[in-house]
Amino acid sequence: MTGPVTGATGEAARVTGKETIGPYTLLRVAAGTIEAGVPGQFFMLHPPGHVLPRPMSLCFAEAGELCFLIDPIGPGTRTLCDLSAGDALHVLGPLGNGFDLTVAHPLIVGGGIGVAPFPFVARALGGPPAILGFRSAHHAEAAALVPGAEVVLDPVLVTSLLPDDPMDVLACGPEPMLEAVRRRVPRAQLAWEAPMGCGYGACYGCVVEVDGRLQRLCVAGPVLRAA
Amino acid sequence: MLVNGSGCLDALAAPGVAAQLDAFVTKTITPEPREGSPPVRIAETEAGMLNSIGLQGPGIDAFLADTLPALAAQGLRIWVSVGGFSAPDYAGICERLDGRPEVEVIELNLSCPNVEEAPESSAQIVAACRSRTTRPLYAKLSPATSDIAESARAVVAAGADGLTLVNTLRGMALDPLTLRPKLARGFGGYSGPALRPIALACVSACARAVDVPIVGLGGVASGQHALELVAAGASVVSLGTVLFSDPSAPESIRRGLRHESTVRGYTDSLAARGVANSI
Repeated sequence: MTGPVTGATGEAARVTGKETIGPYTLLRVAAGTIEAGVPGQFFMLHPPGHVLPRPMSLCFAEAGELCFLIDPIGPGTRTLCDLSAGDALHVLGPLGNGFDLTVAHPLIVGGGIGVAPFPFVARALGGPPAILGFRSAHHAEAAALVPGAEVVLDPVLVTSLLPDDPMDVLACGPEPMLEAVRRRVPRAQLAWEAPMGCGYGACYGCVVEVDGRLQRLCVAGPVLRAA
Repeated sequence: MLVNGSGCLDALAAPGVAAQLDAFVTKTITPEPREGSPPVRIAETEAGMLNSIGLQGPGIDAFLADTLPALAAQGLRIWVSVGGFSAPDYAGICERLDGRPEVEVIELNLSCPNVEEAPESSAQIVAACRSRTTRPLYAKLSPATSDIAESARAVVAAGADGLTLVNTLRGMALDPLTLRPKLARGFGGYSGPALRPIALACVSACARAVDVPIVGLGGVASGQHALELVAAGASVVSLGTVLFSDPSAPESIRRGLRHESTVRGYTDSLAARGVANSI
Protein backbone atom coordinates (compact mmCIF):
# COMPACT_ATOMS: atom_id res chain seq x y z
CA MET A 1 0.00 0.00 0.00
CA THR A 2 0.94 3.62 -0.28
CA GLY A 3 -0.54 6.93 0.73
CA PRO A 4 -2.30 9.36 -1.58
CA VAL A 5 -0.10 11.31 -3.96
CA THR A 6 -0.66 14.72 -2.47
CA GLY A 7 1.56 16.65 -4.81
CA ALA A 8 0.28 15.19 -8.07
CA THR A 9 -1.06 17.67 -10.59
CA GLY A 10 -1.55 15.38 -13.56
CA GLU A 11 -0.02 15.05 -16.96
CA ALA A 12 -1.14 15.52 -20.55
CA ALA A 13 -0.66 12.04 -21.99
CA ARG A 14 -1.25 10.47 -25.41
CA VAL A 15 -3.34 7.47 -26.30
CA THR A 16 -1.15 4.93 -28.06
CA GLY A 17 -3.81 2.37 -29.00
CA LYS A 18 -6.70 0.25 -27.84
CA GLU A 19 -8.07 -3.26 -28.04
CA THR A 20 -11.54 -4.65 -27.69
CA ILE A 21 -11.84 -7.40 -25.08
CA GLY A 22 -15.41 -8.70 -24.92
CA PRO A 23 -17.59 -5.67 -24.13
CA TYR A 24 -14.62 -3.81 -22.67
CA THR A 25 -11.92 -1.59 -24.17
CA LEU A 26 -8.29 -1.85 -23.15
CA LEU A 27 -7.01 1.71 -23.58
CA ARG A 28 -3.25 2.11 -23.94
CA VAL A 29 -1.69 5.41 -22.87
CA ALA A 30 1.94 6.57 -23.14
CA ALA A 31 3.24 6.55 -19.58
CA GLY A 32 5.69 9.43 -19.96
CA THR A 33 6.79 10.29 -16.45
CA ILE A 34 3.66 8.81 -14.86
CA GLU A 35 4.48 5.97 -12.50
CA ALA A 36 2.43 2.79 -12.41
CA GLY A 37 2.12 2.85 -8.65
CA VAL A 38 0.88 -0.09 -6.61
CA PRO A 39 -1.75 -2.53 -7.92
CA GLY A 40 -5.18 -1.36 -6.79
CA GLN A 41 -4.30 2.31 -6.89
CA PHE A 42 -6.24 4.33 -9.45
CA PHE A 43 -5.85 7.12 -11.98
CA MET A 44 -8.22 9.89 -12.98
CA LEU A 45 -8.69 9.90 -16.75
CA HIS A 46 -10.39 13.03 -18.11
CA PRO A 47 -12.65 12.25 -21.08
CA PRO A 48 -12.23 15.19 -23.49
CA GLY A 49 -15.29 17.42 -23.49
CA HIS A 50 -16.51 16.28 -20.09
CA VAL A 51 -16.54 18.28 -16.88
CA LEU A 52 -15.23 15.54 -14.60
CA PRO A 53 -12.50 12.90 -14.91
CA ARG A 54 -13.23 9.23 -14.29
CA PRO A 55 -11.43 6.92 -11.83
CA MET A 56 -9.81 3.84 -13.38
CA SER A 57 -7.54 1.30 -11.77
CA LEU A 58 -4.45 0.37 -13.73
CA CYS A 59 -4.91 -2.94 -15.55
CA PHE A 60 -1.20 -3.32 -16.21
CA ALA A 61 1.86 -1.40 -17.36
CA GLU A 62 4.29 -2.55 -20.01
CA ALA A 63 6.69 -1.13 -22.57
CA GLY A 64 6.18 2.48 -21.57
CA GLU A 65 2.41 2.19 -21.62
CA LEU A 66 -0.28 2.35 -18.97
CA CYS A 67 -3.23 0.13 -19.84
CA PHE A 68 -6.75 0.66 -18.54
CA LEU A 69 -9.66 -1.76 -18.95
CA ILE A 70 -12.81 0.33 -19.39
CA ASP A 71 -16.47 -0.68 -19.43
CA PRO A 72 -18.39 1.79 -21.62
CA ILE A 73 -21.39 2.16 -19.34
CA GLY A 74 -21.99 5.91 -19.52
CA PRO A 75 -21.17 9.06 -21.49
CA GLY A 76 -17.73 9.53 -19.90
CA THR A 77 -16.54 5.95 -20.25
CA ARG A 78 -17.89 5.81 -23.80
CA THR A 79 -15.86 8.90 -24.67
CA LEU A 80 -12.76 7.24 -23.20
CA CYS A 81 -13.40 4.08 -25.20
CA ASP A 82 -13.87 6.13 -28.38
CA LEU A 83 -10.39 7.69 -28.10
CA SER A 84 -7.87 6.73 -30.77
CA ALA A 85 -4.11 6.53 -31.01
CA GLY A 86 -2.65 10.03 -30.90
CA ASP A 87 -5.51 11.58 -28.95
CA ALA A 88 -4.61 13.67 -25.90
CA LEU A 89 -5.76 12.50 -22.49
CA HIS A 90 -5.19 14.14 -19.11
CA VAL A 91 -4.07 11.57 -16.54
CA LEU A 92 -3.73 12.11 -12.79
CA GLY A 93 -2.23 9.44 -10.57
CA PRO A 94 -1.44 6.99 -9.17
CA LEU A 95 -3.88 7.84 -6.37
CA GLY A 96 -5.22 6.25 -3.22
CA ASN A 97 -4.20 3.10 -1.41
CA GLY A 98 -3.62 -0.11 -3.35
CA PHE A 99 -3.50 -3.74 -2.31
CA ASP A 100 -1.07 -4.93 0.35
CA LEU A 101 0.83 -7.57 -1.60
CA THR A 102 2.91 -8.75 1.35
CA VAL A 103 0.52 -11.62 2.03
CA ALA A 104 1.41 -15.30 2.37
CA HIS A 105 -1.36 -16.97 0.36
CA PRO A 106 -2.96 -14.50 -2.04
CA LEU A 107 -6.20 -15.38 -3.80
CA ILE A 108 -7.67 -13.06 -6.42
CA VAL A 109 -11.46 -12.74 -6.50
CA GLY A 110 -12.96 -10.55 -9.22
CA GLY A 111 -16.37 -9.84 -10.67
CA GLY A 112 -17.18 -8.21 -14.01
CA ILE A 113 -15.16 -5.06 -14.71
CA GLY A 114 -13.70 -5.64 -11.25
CA VAL A 115 -11.16 -7.79 -13.07
CA ALA A 116 -9.47 -4.53 -14.11
CA PRO A 117 -6.72 -4.28 -11.44
CA PHE A 118 -5.90 -7.98 -11.36
CA PRO A 119 -3.59 -8.41 -14.34
CA PHE A 120 -1.26 -5.95 -12.54
CA VAL A 121 -1.74 -7.84 -9.27
CA ALA A 122 -1.18 -11.23 -10.92
CA ARG A 123 2.06 -10.08 -12.56
CA ALA A 124 3.32 -8.56 -9.32
CA LEU A 125 2.60 -11.76 -7.38
CA GLY A 126 3.80 -14.23 -10.02
CA GLY A 127 0.44 -15.69 -10.96
CA PRO A 128 -1.49 -16.43 -7.77
CA PRO A 129 -4.75 -18.43 -7.91
CA ALA A 130 -7.71 -16.41 -9.16
CA ILE A 131 -11.49 -16.75 -9.32
CA LEU A 132 -13.30 -14.47 -11.75
CA GLY A 133 -17.05 -14.17 -12.28
CA PHE A 134 -18.80 -12.65 -15.27
CA ARG A 135 -22.37 -12.24 -16.44
CA SER A 136 -21.75 -13.83 -19.85
CA ALA A 137 -19.14 -15.64 -21.91
CA HIS A 138 -18.70 -12.41 -23.87
CA HIS A 139 -17.73 -10.52 -20.70
CA ALA A 140 -15.55 -13.44 -19.61
CA GLU A 141 -13.18 -12.81 -22.53
CA ALA A 142 -11.48 -10.42 -20.10
CA ALA A 143 -10.45 -13.41 -17.97
CA ALA A 144 -7.66 -14.04 -20.48
CA LEU A 145 -5.90 -11.04 -18.90
CA VAL A 146 -5.38 -13.16 -15.75
CA PRO A 147 -3.82 -16.41 -17.01
CA GLY A 148 -4.92 -19.52 -15.13
CA ALA A 149 -7.97 -17.94 -13.51
CA GLU A 150 -10.99 -20.08 -12.75
CA VAL A 151 -14.05 -18.54 -14.37
CA VAL A 152 -17.70 -18.74 -13.38
CA LEU A 153 -20.66 -17.29 -15.25
CA ASP A 154 -24.00 -16.06 -13.94
CA PRO A 155 -25.81 -17.42 -12.01
CA VAL A 156 -22.83 -19.15 -10.40
CA LEU A 157 -21.23 -16.89 -7.78
CA VAL A 158 -17.50 -16.48 -7.22
CA THR A 159 -18.03 -17.17 -3.53
CA SER A 160 -19.15 -20.72 -4.43
CA LEU A 161 -15.55 -21.47 -5.44
CA LEU A 162 -13.93 -20.01 -2.35
CA PRO A 163 -12.00 -22.72 -0.50
CA ASP A 164 -12.89 -23.54 3.09
CA ASP A 165 -9.82 -21.65 4.23
CA PRO A 166 -9.81 -18.79 1.72
CA MET A 167 -6.34 -17.47 2.51
CA ASP A 168 -5.57 -13.82 1.78
CA VAL A 169 -8.32 -12.65 -0.53
CA LEU A 170 -7.82 -9.61 -2.78
CA ALA A 171 -11.24 -8.75 -4.22
CA CYS A 172 -12.71 -6.25 -6.66
CA GLY A 173 -16.16 -6.30 -8.17
CA PRO A 174 -19.76 -5.21 -7.71
CA GLU A 175 -20.83 -4.24 -4.21
CA PRO A 176 -23.01 -7.36 -3.57
CA MET A 177 -20.01 -9.54 -4.45
CA LEU A 178 -17.73 -7.59 -2.13
CA GLU A 179 -20.28 -7.85 0.68
CA ALA A 180 -20.53 -11.62 0.11
CA VAL A 181 -16.74 -11.95 0.16
CA ARG A 182 -16.55 -9.86 3.32
CA ARG A 183 -19.01 -12.21 5.06
CA ARG A 184 -16.91 -15.24 4.14
CA VAL A 185 -13.45 -13.70 4.60
CA PRO A 186 -13.41 -11.06 7.31
CA ARG A 187 -9.79 -10.06 6.61
CA ALA A 188 -10.18 -9.74 2.85
CA GLN A 189 -8.78 -6.70 1.07
CA LEU A 190 -11.67 -5.20 -0.91
CA ALA A 191 -11.28 -2.65 -3.71
CA TRP A 192 -14.44 -0.50 -3.72
CA GLU A 193 -15.85 1.78 -6.34
CA ALA A 194 -17.71 5.08 -6.02
CA PRO A 195 -18.49 8.03 -8.28
CA MET A 196 -15.54 10.38 -7.90
CA GLY A 197 -15.23 14.04 -8.81
CA CYS A 198 -11.53 14.61 -8.30
CA GLY A 199 -9.74 11.52 -6.93
CA TYR A 200 -7.50 13.51 -4.58
CA GLY A 201 -9.69 14.45 -1.64
CA ALA A 202 -10.98 17.81 -2.84
CA CYS A 203 -14.65 17.27 -3.59
CA TYR A 204 -15.89 14.91 -0.85
CA GLY A 205 -18.05 13.25 -3.48
CA CYS A 206 -16.91 9.65 -3.11
CA VAL A 207 -17.71 8.90 0.52
CA VAL A 208 -18.40 5.37 1.71
CA GLU A 209 -19.04 4.14 5.23
CA VAL A 210 -15.77 3.02 6.83
CA ASP A 211 -15.62 2.11 10.52
CA GLY A 212 -19.07 3.54 11.04
CA ARG A 213 -18.53 6.93 9.46
CA LEU A 214 -18.49 8.40 5.98
CA GLN A 215 -14.98 8.71 4.59
CA ARG A 216 -13.61 9.70 1.20
CA LEU A 217 -12.89 6.53 -0.75
CA CYS A 218 -10.18 8.29 -2.76
CA VAL A 219 -8.22 9.05 0.41
CA ALA A 220 -9.10 6.09 2.68
CA GLY A 221 -9.26 3.54 -0.18
CA PRO A 222 -10.07 2.38 -2.73
CA VAL A 223 -8.68 -0.81 -1.17
CA LEU A 224 -10.05 -1.31 2.32
CA ARG A 225 -9.59 -4.14 4.76
CA ALA A 226 -12.84 -5.86 5.61
CA ALA A 227 -13.99 -6.19 9.24
CA MET B 1 -5.71 37.21 -6.78
CA LEU B 2 -6.79 33.58 -7.06
CA VAL B 3 -8.56 31.55 -4.38
CA ASN B 4 -10.57 28.34 -4.35
CA GLY B 5 -14.29 28.03 -3.93
CA SER B 6 -15.28 26.78 -0.49
CA GLY B 7 -15.71 23.02 -0.53
CA CYS B 8 -13.71 22.58 -3.73
CA LEU B 9 -10.33 21.81 -2.16
CA ASP B 10 -8.87 20.19 0.95
CA ALA B 11 -5.51 21.86 1.54
CA LEU B 12 -4.51 19.14 3.99
CA ALA B 13 -5.13 16.37 1.44
CA ALA B 14 -3.67 18.35 -1.48
CA PRO B 15 -1.16 20.91 -0.20
CA GLY B 16 0.44 21.21 -3.62
CA VAL B 17 -2.79 22.54 -5.07
CA ALA B 18 -3.44 24.94 -2.21
CA ALA B 19 0.10 26.30 -2.53
CA GLN B 20 -0.75 27.55 -6.03
CA LEU B 21 -3.44 29.85 -4.63
CA ASP B 22 -3.10 33.28 -3.05
CA ALA B 23 -5.41 32.25 -0.23
CA PHE B 24 -7.17 29.04 0.77
CA VAL B 25 -10.89 29.07 1.48
CA THR B 26 -11.94 26.31 3.89
CA LYS B 27 -14.91 24.04 3.60
CA THR B 28 -17.84 25.61 5.38
CA ILE B 29 -17.51 25.29 9.15
CA THR B 30 -20.67 24.66 11.14
CA PRO B 31 -21.32 24.79 14.90
CA GLU B 32 -21.44 21.01 15.27
CA PRO B 33 -19.70 18.19 13.36
CA ARG B 34 -21.69 17.11 10.31
CA GLU B 35 -21.48 13.81 8.48
CA GLY B 36 -23.02 15.36 5.38
CA SER B 37 -25.29 13.82 2.79
CA PRO B 38 -25.44 10.09 2.08
CA PRO B 39 -23.86 8.90 -1.18
CA VAL B 40 -24.40 9.26 -4.14
CA ARG B 41 -23.22 12.86 -3.77
CA ILE B 42 -22.03 13.95 -7.21
CA ALA B 43 -23.23 13.64 -10.79
CA GLU B 44 -21.93 15.05 -14.04
CA THR B 45 -24.36 16.71 -16.45
CA GLU B 46 -23.92 17.92 -20.02
CA ALA B 47 -22.61 21.34 -18.98
CA GLY B 48 -21.64 21.04 -15.37
CA MET B 49 -21.91 18.92 -12.28
CA LEU B 50 -24.19 18.52 -9.30
CA ASN B 51 -22.96 18.08 -5.75
CA SER B 52 -24.82 17.25 -2.61
CA ILE B 53 -22.07 17.07 -0.01
CA GLY B 54 -24.24 18.59 2.71
CA LEU B 55 -21.58 20.60 4.57
CA GLN B 56 -19.61 17.59 5.84
CA GLY B 57 -17.15 18.90 8.38
CA PRO B 58 -15.62 18.62 11.85
CA GLY B 59 -17.54 21.45 13.53
CA ILE B 60 -16.00 24.60 14.96
CA ASP B 61 -14.40 22.98 18.02
CA ALA B 62 -12.32 20.46 16.07
CA PHE B 63 -11.68 23.04 13.35
CA LEU B 64 -10.09 25.45 15.83
CA ALA B 65 -8.20 22.72 17.66
CA ASP B 66 -6.90 20.69 14.72
CA THR B 67 -7.67 21.94 11.21
CA LEU B 68 -6.82 25.63 11.57
CA PRO B 69 -3.37 25.05 13.14
CA ALA B 70 -2.59 22.44 10.47
CA LEU B 71 -3.56 24.86 7.70
CA ALA B 72 -1.54 27.66 9.28
CA ALA B 73 1.47 25.36 9.51
CA GLN B 74 1.39 25.16 5.71
CA GLY B 75 1.91 28.90 5.53
CA LEU B 76 -1.39 29.52 3.79
CA ARG B 77 -3.43 32.68 3.94
CA ILE B 78 -6.68 31.34 5.34
CA TRP B 79 -10.22 32.40 4.58
CA VAL B 80 -12.79 30.56 6.68
CA SER B 81 -16.20 29.76 5.26
CA VAL B 82 -18.88 29.84 7.95
CA GLY B 83 -22.29 28.18 7.87
CA GLY B 84 -25.18 27.59 10.19
CA PHE B 85 -28.90 27.24 10.55
CA SER B 86 -29.67 30.49 12.33
CA ALA B 87 -28.11 33.92 12.77
CA PRO B 88 -26.81 32.99 16.25
CA ASP B 89 -25.07 29.95 14.69
CA TYR B 90 -23.15 32.15 12.27
CA ALA B 91 -22.44 34.85 14.85
CA GLY B 92 -21.18 32.36 17.41
CA ILE B 93 -18.61 30.95 15.01
CA CYS B 94 -17.53 34.43 13.93
CA GLU B 95 -16.92 35.37 17.54
CA ARG B 96 -14.70 32.34 18.04
CA LEU B 97 -12.77 33.03 14.83
CA ASP B 98 -12.33 36.66 15.78
CA GLY B 99 -9.59 35.79 18.25
CA ARG B 100 -7.58 33.73 15.78
CA PRO B 101 -4.96 35.77 13.92
CA GLU B 102 -4.55 33.03 11.30
CA VAL B 103 -7.97 33.94 9.88
CA GLU B 104 -7.67 36.60 7.19
CA VAL B 105 -11.26 36.71 5.96
CA ILE B 106 -14.55 35.21 7.13
CA GLU B 107 -16.85 34.21 4.29
CA LEU B 108 -20.47 33.69 5.27
CA ASN B 109 -22.03 30.86 3.29
CA LEU B 110 -25.52 32.30 3.15
CA SER B 111 -26.71 30.24 0.26
CA CYS B 112 -25.84 26.52 0.40
CA PRO B 113 -28.45 24.82 -1.79
CA ASN B 114 -28.02 21.49 0.01
CA VAL B 115 -29.13 22.35 3.54
CA GLU B 116 -32.04 24.16 5.13
CA GLU B 117 -31.71 27.91 5.16
CA ALA B 118 -31.63 29.97 8.31
CA PRO B 119 -34.94 31.71 9.03
CA GLU B 120 -33.28 35.13 9.12
CA SER B 121 -32.46 37.15 6.02
CA SER B 122 -28.91 37.37 4.73
CA ALA B 123 -28.69 40.95 5.96
CA GLN B 124 -29.82 39.94 9.44
CA ILE B 125 -27.17 37.21 9.58
CA VAL B 126 -24.48 39.62 8.39
CA ALA B 127 -25.54 42.15 11.00
CA ALA B 128 -25.39 39.51 13.75
CA CYS B 129 -21.89 38.50 12.66
CA ARG B 130 -20.73 42.10 12.27
CA SER B 131 -21.43 42.71 15.93
CA ARG B 132 -19.17 39.80 16.91
CA THR B 133 -16.08 40.24 14.75
CA THR B 134 -13.85 42.91 13.35
CA ARG B 135 -12.45 40.56 10.68
CA PRO B 136 -13.33 41.23 7.05
CA LEU B 137 -16.73 39.66 6.40
CA TYR B 138 -17.61 38.48 2.91
CA ALA B 139 -21.18 37.45 2.11
CA LYS B 140 -21.54 34.56 -0.34
CA LEU B 141 -24.80 34.98 -2.19
CA SER B 142 -27.00 32.72 -4.25
CA PRO B 143 -27.71 33.57 -7.88
CA ALA B 144 -31.24 32.20 -7.36
CA THR B 145 -32.82 35.56 -6.79
CA SER B 146 -34.62 38.03 -9.01
CA ASP B 147 -32.50 40.99 -7.93
CA ILE B 148 -29.07 40.10 -6.61
CA ALA B 149 -28.02 43.77 -6.60
CA GLU B 150 -30.67 44.40 -3.96
CA SER B 151 -29.29 41.50 -1.92
CA ALA B 152 -25.82 42.98 -2.28
CA ARG B 153 -26.93 46.42 -1.11
CA ALA B 154 -28.67 44.87 1.90
CA VAL B 155 -25.71 42.80 3.11
CA VAL B 156 -23.25 45.65 2.56
CA ALA B 157 -25.52 47.98 4.50
CA ALA B 158 -25.57 45.36 7.27
CA GLY B 159 -21.78 45.39 7.47
CA ALA B 160 -20.38 43.04 4.83
CA ASP B 161 -16.93 44.11 3.66
CA GLY B 162 -17.07 42.09 0.45
CA LEU B 163 -19.15 39.72 -1.66
CA THR B 164 -18.56 36.24 -3.02
CA LEU B 165 -20.57 35.65 -6.19
CA VAL B 166 -21.95 33.11 -6.84
CA ASN B 167 -22.85 29.96 -4.98
CA THR B 168 -24.20 26.97 -6.89
CA LEU B 169 -27.76 26.78 -8.17
CA ARG B 170 -30.04 23.98 -7.03
CA GLY B 171 -30.38 21.36 -9.76
CA MET B 172 -31.37 17.77 -10.42
CA ALA B 173 -30.23 14.96 -12.68
CA LEU B 174 -32.04 11.70 -13.39
CA ASP B 175 -30.75 8.26 -14.22
CA PRO B 176 -31.77 7.82 -17.85
CA LEU B 177 -32.95 4.25 -17.31
CA THR B 178 -34.67 4.34 -13.94
CA LEU B 179 -35.78 7.99 -14.12
CA ARG B 180 -34.81 8.31 -10.45
CA PRO B 181 -32.50 11.07 -9.16
CA LYS B 182 -28.82 10.31 -9.50
CA LEU B 183 -28.12 11.99 -6.16
CA ALA B 184 -29.24 10.31 -2.95
CA ARG B 185 -30.85 13.52 -1.71
CA GLY B 186 -32.55 14.10 -5.03
CA PHE B 187 -31.02 17.47 -5.80
CA GLY B 188 -27.72 19.26 -5.47
CA GLY B 189 -25.77 22.41 -6.25
CA TYR B 190 -25.10 22.95 -9.94
CA SER B 191 -21.65 24.24 -10.89
CA GLY B 192 -19.20 24.26 -13.75
CA PRO B 193 -19.33 25.77 -17.25
CA ALA B 194 -23.10 26.40 -17.23
CA LEU B 195 -22.75 28.66 -14.19
CA ARG B 196 -20.30 31.06 -15.85
CA PRO B 197 -22.72 33.38 -17.69
CA ILE B 198 -24.86 33.53 -14.55
CA ALA B 199 -21.85 34.44 -12.43
CA LEU B 200 -20.83 37.15 -14.91
CA ALA B 201 -24.30 38.70 -14.77
CA CYS B 202 -24.41 38.60 -10.97
CA VAL B 203 -20.91 40.04 -10.53
CA SER B 204 -21.70 42.79 -13.01
CA ALA B 205 -24.99 43.68 -11.34
CA CYS B 206 -23.42 43.81 -7.88
CA ALA B 207 -20.32 45.70 -8.99
CA ARG B 208 -22.59 48.44 -10.27
CA ALA B 209 -24.64 48.41 -7.07
CA VAL B 210 -21.99 48.44 -4.32
CA ASP B 211 -18.36 49.48 -4.00
CA VAL B 212 -16.75 46.55 -2.18
CA PRO B 213 -14.31 43.77 -3.16
CA ILE B 214 -16.02 40.98 -5.09
CA VAL B 215 -14.84 37.38 -5.30
CA GLY B 216 -16.14 36.07 -8.60
CA LEU B 217 -16.65 32.37 -9.19
CA GLY B 218 -18.63 30.16 -11.47
CA GLY B 219 -17.29 27.99 -14.27
CA VAL B 220 -13.84 29.58 -14.56
CA ALA B 221 -11.55 27.21 -16.45
CA SER B 222 -9.10 29.52 -18.24
CA GLY B 223 -7.32 32.85 -18.00
CA GLN B 224 -9.85 34.28 -20.45
CA HIS B 225 -12.69 33.26 -18.15
CA ALA B 226 -10.91 34.79 -15.16
CA LEU B 227 -10.33 38.08 -17.00
CA GLU B 228 -13.98 38.23 -18.01
CA LEU B 229 -15.03 37.96 -14.36
CA VAL B 230 -12.63 40.79 -13.53
CA ALA B 231 -14.09 42.82 -16.37
CA ALA B 232 -17.53 42.24 -14.88
CA GLY B 233 -16.31 43.60 -11.56
CA ALA B 234 -14.52 40.87 -9.64
CA SER B 235 -11.40 41.82 -7.70
CA VAL B 236 -10.62 38.21 -6.77
CA VAL B 237 -11.23 35.15 -8.95
CA SER B 238 -12.18 31.85 -7.35
CA LEU B 239 -11.81 28.38 -8.84
CA GLY B 240 -14.18 25.54 -8.12
CA THR B 241 -15.18 22.67 -10.37
CA VAL B 242 -12.12 23.06 -12.60
CA LEU B 243 -9.94 21.93 -9.69
CA PHE B 244 -11.55 18.50 -9.79
CA SER B 245 -10.36 17.77 -13.30
CA ASP B 246 -7.13 19.76 -13.20
CA PRO B 247 -5.20 20.21 -9.94
CA SER B 248 -2.73 22.43 -11.79
CA ALA B 249 -5.48 24.84 -12.85
CA PRO B 250 -4.48 27.67 -10.48
CA GLU B 251 -1.04 27.98 -12.08
CA SER B 252 -2.27 27.68 -15.64
CA ILE B 253 -5.15 30.09 -15.08
CA ARG B 254 -2.82 32.57 -13.40
CA ARG B 255 -0.51 32.42 -16.43
CA GLY B 256 -3.48 32.70 -18.75
CA LEU B 257 -4.90 35.68 -16.88
CA ARG B 258 -1.59 37.48 -17.12
CA HIS B 259 -1.32 36.73 -20.82
CA GLU B 260 -4.90 37.74 -21.65
CA SER B 261 -4.44 40.99 -19.71
CA THR B 262 -1.15 41.82 -21.40
CA VAL B 263 -2.40 41.26 -24.94
CA ARG B 264 -5.21 43.71 -24.23
CA GLY B 265 -2.79 46.32 -22.96
CA TYR B 266 -3.50 45.98 -19.26
CA THR B 267 -0.36 46.11 -17.15
CA ASP B 268 -2.28 44.40 -14.37
CA SER B 269 -5.41 42.31 -14.68
CA LEU B 270 -7.19 44.47 -12.12
CA ALA B 271 -6.83 47.39 -14.52
CA ALA B 272 -9.60 45.67 -16.45
CA ARG B 273 -11.87 45.59 -13.44
CA GLY B 274 -15.36 46.71 -14.35
CA VAL B 275 -14.73 47.55 -18.00
CA ALA B 276 -17.74 45.40 -18.93
CA ASN B 277 -19.98 47.64 -16.90
CA SER B 278 -19.42 50.91 -18.73
CA ILE B 279 -22.34 50.41 -21.08
